[in-house]
Amino acid sequence: MTIDWTHFTPWLSLGGGLLLGLASAAFILVNGRILGISGILGGLLTPKTGDMGWRLSFLLGMVAAPWVAKVLLPEGWMQAPRIEASFGVVSLAGLLVGFGTRYGSGCTSGHGVCGLSRLSPRSLVSTLTFMGLGFVTVYAVRHLF
Amino acid sequence: MKHRISEFVVGLLFGLGLMLAGMTDPAKVIGFLDLLGNWDPSLALVMAGAIAVGVGAFAVARQRTTNLLGGALHLPTSQQIDKPLVIGAALFGAGWGLAGFCPGPAIVSMASGQTKAIVFVAFMLLGMWGFELFSRWMALPEIKIEA
Repeated sequence: MTIDWTHFTPWLSLGGGLLLGLASAAFILVNGRILGISGILGGLLTPKTGDMGWRLSFLLGMVAAPWVAKVLLPEGWMQAPRIEASFGVVSLAGLLVGFGTRYGSGCTSGHGVCGLSRLSPRSLVSTLTFMGLGFVTVYAVRHLF
Repeated sequence: MKHRISEFVVGLLFGLGLMLAGMTDPAKVIGFLDLLGNWDPSLALVMAGAIAVGVGAFAVARQRTTNLLGGALHLPTSQQIDKPLVIGAALFGAGWGLAGFCPGPAIVSMASGQTKAIVFVAFMLLGMWGFELFSRWMALPEIKIEA
């Protein structure tokens, strides 16, 4: 293992993390909801009356972010996503992420940020598992094949 | 209406946070997951920053029964560490490592107009829909075949 100092962005990432924490804090305290993207999305697939508005408002705000960033900072905040995987791999990955996050009741936001902040043992197990598999998968793809 | 506005603002903040943190760039995420290669530790700081704020907020939330707008406060009640939790997280982690996208950043990245980001989200929704079918199938009473 070596540290990739050229791509290391400590302040931006810490600042971004603080914003994510702030958003999660506001969502539970102001709206009384756990900020978990897979749960918010998944609930849209089984519509129940009175349970759709909050999901849609939140998602609209999230989708608006890149455009708002473009207005705030003309150079844009968003570095164009570099997606190196092939179409086939991207499709398979999408299926795994979609099914897995619903089956496991959460993703990086719901378990990783909110769950760990709640000191939930369930979320700790989930986070260690998905990070572990993330490490193993990247190792396999980059260094074994 | 107050709820709808605050949910929108929270979504916006969250999206901006993901972009600032570098989560919307799969190559950066994979740089973090490449622990044994040339490792980019940035995303550890994303988690640290988010949890530092979150811990205080959830400590306050636990003491309350209503949210600040007077409605219900929905905290998870499940405690069980079971197979779905672990298998689901494992499948998710494998997909995360393959493409470098988790759900939130994938949705935000669609704004880049890149076909692969859109394809990822389409298949992610298909996977979520597959889960709905799967859970309905699991809930069916077992069919007993009597000889």
